Amino acid sequence: MTDSAPATGQPAPPAGHAATPRRTPLTAVHEQLGASLTDFAGWLMPLRYGSETTEHNAVRTAAGLFDLSHMGEFSVTGSGAAAALDYSLTGEPSALRPGRARYTMIAAEDGGVIDDLIVYRLADAEFLIVANAANTGPVGAALAERAAGFDATVTDRTDDYALIAVQGPRSAAILAPLASINLADVKYYAGYPAQVAGRSVLLARTGYTGEDGFEIFAAPQDAEYLWAELSKAGAGEGLIPAGLAARDTLRLEAGMPLYGNELSAAMTPFDAGLGRVVKLDKPGGFVGRDALARRAQEPPARQLIGLTLQSRRLPRHGYVVLLAGRPAGVVTSGGRSPTLGVPIAMAYVRPDVAAAATDPTRAGTAELAVDVRGNAEPATLVELPFYRRRS
Amino acid sequence: MTVPSELYYTQEHEWVAISGSSASVGITDHAQRALGDVVFVSVPEVGARVTSGEPCGEVESTKSVSDLYSPVDGEVTEVNAEIDDDPGLVNSDPYGSGWLFKVKLDETDGEVPPGLMSATEYTALTREEE
Repeated sequence: MTDSAPATGQPAPPAGHAATPRRTPLTAVHEQLGASLTDFAGWLMPLRYGSETTEHNAVRTAAGLFDLSHMGEFSVTGSGAAAALDYSLTGEPSALRPGRARYTMIAAEDGGVIDDLIVYRLADAEFLIVANAANTGPVGAALAERAAGFDATVTDRTDDYALIAVQGPRSAAILAPLASINLADVKYYAGYPAQVAGRSVLLARTGYTGEDGFEIFAAPQDAEYLWAELSKAGAGEGLIPAGLAARDTLRLEAGMPLYGNELSAAMTPFDAGLGRVVKLDKPGGFVGRDALARRAQEPPARQLIGLTLQSRRLPRHGYVVLLAGRPAGVVTSGGRSPTLGVPIAMAYVRPDVAAAATDPTRAGTAELAVDVRGNAEPATLVELPFYRRRS
Repeated sequence: MTVPSELYYTQEHEWVAISGSSASVGITDHAQRALGDVVFVSVPEVGARVTSGEPCGEVESTKSVSDLYSPVDGEVTEVNAEIDDDPGLVNSDPYGSGWLFKVKLDETDGEVPPGLMSATEYTALTREEE
């Protein structure tokens, strides 16, 4: 047996990264747990501990414990920090109240996406930016360059934080006995300094799974202790460790974009249907504004759609989408949905494709399919996300 | 990781159990762990000829698609129909109920077909890969 198709959802390591992948503060724990480890963006990360389908289902029905210490973190501090970030990002971090967080992007001058980010406002003059591991270098360089004209200091804090996520409907019940603050006061997309199991952390209610959940930014030396305490607290609640394979199917079901798949330097936020993260009217302008303002006025060049299939074989990144047997787009992310029990895919298609595929007067003549290694597997257009949690 | 001593192995991580003129084929524990959850297996049809070292099917997992190589020369006599309904058997019991197909061997001179590895040799190979 030899691999004849690449793994999905795994960006190539950035150019120039060390040949030996970096270890997180929790890599030894993953090894003890018997995880399958993989080089992900230059980090040695757990792909799965046992069955990724079991891990996925645990997050949907109970809870999963993730090591996300590969993510990049930057602090931006100073009296001009808010203004510097308004200028640097597509969103408006100055409008955030301390303790709140927002999903945002950093664009190039031409409007292309450098990365998608979470920005936390920790205090009036202190922000924390979380970037994808593969993009930590470009994001740090762009932030430093753009903040230069402001009273703001950008510091790469990636090595100062271990990041542990507890995700799933039971995560609040698991974390509550360990947390120094009342979790009912921590809204979705909020984050505060707190103690977890007696260790000082930043405790945020954010995630990338489509479930309620928390992300815990901790000192690296506390990571193993916190992992053990969370594992203990969650044992009776169905919490199991979950790897990057489950994280990818969880975010795909939730219709969340992955940089390198749905987002890239060749795409604007509008292409991914995420124009809402672009605040064209914020005061002061920002890098990429002119290009994005033009793009907002133009008819879209492509549309991100959701597809479900009934095939045994899976649609994968790069497979061609067919309309009436002719190429009409390309799959950006695909896999088997454990929740729906069928193959699902996100794809970029020509802007006329969705209308054609749903036009009743063209029924039977505008069928969608995915070319799965030579077989045209019929596909159905569905609204994104594939999965939305109740409540 | 399990490597039963009575089986023979290929470089591409298939196993083969030889009993007289009949051989059973599957993929190894090491292979199923590397692949992740198996969602689909295509195997040659009964009556098809298979040739040692040549692709004869596919194993599709949540992670990737891999070619399946025949460890031996012969004719397929039986395929595991259970795998079609429950591909996860390849993960849960790769050397037992997760077997893939059976072959009537061309040569039955009692010799081990050329190119196959013993359990000891295969274990050494997987250690090198890790």
